Amino acid sequence: MIVQQISVFLENRKGTLAKVLSVLHEHGVNLRAMTVADTADFGIMRMVVSEPEKVEKILHAADYAVKITPVLALKIEDTPGGLLNKIMLLANGGISVEYVYAFATTGSEGARVVLKVDKLEEANNMLLQLKNNTEEGQCW
Amino acid sequence: MYWNKPIETMERNHMIELQTSRLKATVERVYRQVPFYRSKMQAEGLLPADITTLEDIKKLPFVIKQDMRDNYPYGLFAVPLTEIVRIHASSGTTGKPTVVGYTKRDLDIWAEVMARAFSYSGASKTSCIQIAYGYGLFTGGLGAHYGAELLGASVIPISTGNTARQIMLMKDFGTTVLACTPSYALVIAETIREMGLELSEFSLKAGIFGAEPWSENMRREIEKRLGIKALDIYGLSEIIGPGVACDCLCQNGLHISEDHFYPEIINPLTGEVLPDGEKGELVITTITKEGMPLVRYRTRDLTFLDRSVCDCGRTLVRMGRIMGRSDDMLIIRGVNVFPSQVESVLLSIGNTSPHYQLIVDREDNLDILTVLVEINEEMFTDEVKGMEELERKIKAALSSVLQISAKVRLVNPKSLERSEGKSKRVIDNRKL
Repeated sequence: MIVQQISVFLENRKGTLAKVLSVLHEHGVNLRAMTVADTADFGIMRMVVSEPEKVEKILHAADYAVKITPVLALKIEDTPGGLLNKIMLLANGGISVEYVYAFATTGSEGARVVLKVDKLEEANNMLLQLKNNTEEGQCW
Repeated sequence: MYWNKPIETMERNHMIELQTSRLKATVERVYRQVPFYRSKMQAEGLLPADITTLEDIKKLPFVIKQDMRDNYPYGLFAVPLTEIVRIHASSGTTGKPTVVGYTKRDLDIWAEVMARAFSYSGASKTSCIQIAYGYGLFTGGLGAHYGAELLGASVIPISTGNTARQIMLMKDFGTTVLACTPSYALVIAETIREMGLELSEFSLKAGIFGAEPWSENMRREIEKRLGIKALDIYGLSEIIGPGVACDCLCQNGLHISEDHFYPEIINPLTGEVLPDGEKGELVITTITKEGMPLVRYRTRDLTFLDRSVCDCGRTLVRMGRIMGRSDDMLIIRGVNVFPSQVESVLLSIGNTSPHYQLIVDREDNLDILTVLVEINEEMFTDEVKGMEELERKIKAALSSVLQISAKVRLVNPKSLERSEGKSKRVIDNRKL
């Protein structure tokens, strides 16, 4: 399914991640997924939350540069090859993956993957049409 | 629309004649009346008779703001206080205020040049002019006021503040011309939008904006959001106040009322007079003022002059939009760097001008320039490669404009230190 991901610009300095996390904590925001891409000078924190518009406003008010980007969110089985068949499907369908982050959860909930792709709707439809897509519509 | 056609369209040789006789009279008067000028000229071995042409002005020493402080409050006045009918003063944030005194005739001249400025915008006695500059010791309010009255317009002396009321009167009174600072014009535009009013409910046609530096971009923004022509007006209280120069509707430089204020452009480092078209510091000599004439006053404002005839038909010399302040100038690895150059680079890359800061360090005897740029939402993309590309573009544009390489660091919105709403532009860590 398509979800709205929040990206935040972070300076590459000590304490900047702690600061943005404490802003989110103060407002009771729960992170469902998160990653930080970094370069020598700056980082981009990307996250999935349950109320993206609200979180965007919170971060904006705290003087962060924020962007909302639609991405694909998938739930996959936490077994070898779980991610492979999805990525293969997209690759065969001519979809480029720009970045991906994933994490496993405990128990039987499987793993969660966030994908930024070039042709979002097309990629989403491919995944929806995939047979045996038991996790369809129930991610997150 | 001309206010004073003979002057505004005067041929160059006639203007030079007029300026020469007025300059000579001014030098004669300050030598006689003001001990400060007399001793400065004597120190150079100069007599008033040594000034016979406009070229000779180069022989005279410059006057700087500190001279006004040193002669606080009335030391530079050229007439007894009985002749002074008005006193204005600067805010004096960096010491004693600078004080200026006007005779009756000075006030008439001021109204004349301000009336010209309003008429450049197309305003006339049928206009309704709302003056939203501060009235008081600051020259903005009263300066614009008397000019608008001389023009014969209906004047609304509302001064600054209470934006909702400004807007109500602007709408109900049918204001056609707004005079205020450009930043306040944007506040008014924003408030109109928030109040849910339509531009069609207003009669606004033009705005005369000044008293603070602004950019072409801001001009376009104001014009779009208020549906008007936005004109830049230049002035400084030391010289007279607003009205020294103003855009015409061609918006291709500000016409200087050079029959009263004789301009020169100098190299701020050497004091050498630069030819037309070259960028440098504006120096002004008041050639008609009685109360407090200033000879070769260094404004610290950076611009250039253009003596070609404007499309509007006026021959009055034009100055470019103020590009910065010469006291902001940095010398980095022997190269002159102005913060305004950095601003123009940033403007050329994004659609808005982000806040920025120049940091100069010296490592192993080499100057290092780092430019911090506040990222805004318009510049921010979710992708690392997009952001790295932005950094690279800024860096490349900076090195081509500044002629030296600079490091670029993107920083969080509103993270740079600001004083009174303006970013602190330069931090020089070099111990020289």
